[in-house]
Amino acid sequence: MLAGIYSLLAAGIFVQLDAVDVAFTEAAVGAGISTIVLLGTLALTSDVERTPLKARPIALLVVIVTGAVLIHATLDMPLYGDPNAPANLHVAPRYIEQSGEEIGVPNIVTSVLASYRGYDTLGEVAVIFTAGIGVMVLLGGRRRKPPRDDDR
Amino acid sequence: MRHHRILRVVAKLLIPAILLFALYVQFHGDFGPGGGFQAGVIFAAGLILYGLIFGLDKLRRVAPPRVIEVFVALGILLYACVGVASMFLGGTYLNYSVLAHDPVHGQHLGILLIEFGVGVTVAAVMVTIFYHFAGRGR
Repeated sequence: MLAGIYSLLAAGIFVQLDAVDVAFTEAAVGAGISTIVLLGTLALTSDVERTPLKARPIALLVVIVTGAVLIHATLDMPLYGDPNAPANLHVAPRYIEQSGEEIGVPNIVTSVLASYRGYDTLGEVAVIFTAGIGVMVLLGGRRRKPPRDDDR
Repeated sequence: MRHHRILRVVAKLLIPAILLFALYVQFHGDFGPGGGFQAGVIFAAGLILYGLIFGLDKLRRVAPPRVIEVFVALGILLYACVGVASMFLGGTYLNYSVLAHDPVHGQHLGILLIEFGVGVTVAAVMVTIFYHFAGRGR
């Protein structure tokens, strides 16, 4: 429930940042569908957590190192909205100046997403497709009959 | 949910508006914010709301799981076929300019088709996930 509220607030922030597309997605997926799926998961699992057998120091070490590397990587990133950032100098000017003539679609986000970056979007759809197939395989298969006593 | 009259009435009022808004986001994505991903999840949210309020069996009658599973594959197939079609018409893969006599018209047509494919797959996957999570315990 808290996650749903958090997502709804995040959607409001995205609207403030003029990213209405992301806000749509956040409100529908984050606040709506994933909350429902979480509740469904809670209904499927039991209410007692299985006690872990023993602590895993290696796993903890890997998590801490990965987190530290990720935080270290953000130190090199350009400031938010920096006009000299590499992302704003490479292909972005061409998208902004010429997509009107080349694609003829007023929404630049759509022309970048669907046309200039068509391969990436195809890959994203393939990811969603794979996620759906994964859920079908993991949860959807017909449940096997419980093994009878004389089979053992 | 048989006794929650307010919920049922509000949902009945809201669901057509949600589905209509999803179609608007889908086909108006060229001009305003939105596109296939957003439209797909909004459409799926409308269907899932119906399932939550009126029960899984009624939703299964509206959107049979077998049909939804076919749509999961159809959307991405449409996307990939647009790419193959543009190859047959003499362009590179997913280069929509060759789809019509005028490059800009071709881009419009290509974007419309692939966004529709994206929307179909996203909506179908979301509804499928809901079916499997909600129908598992029964």
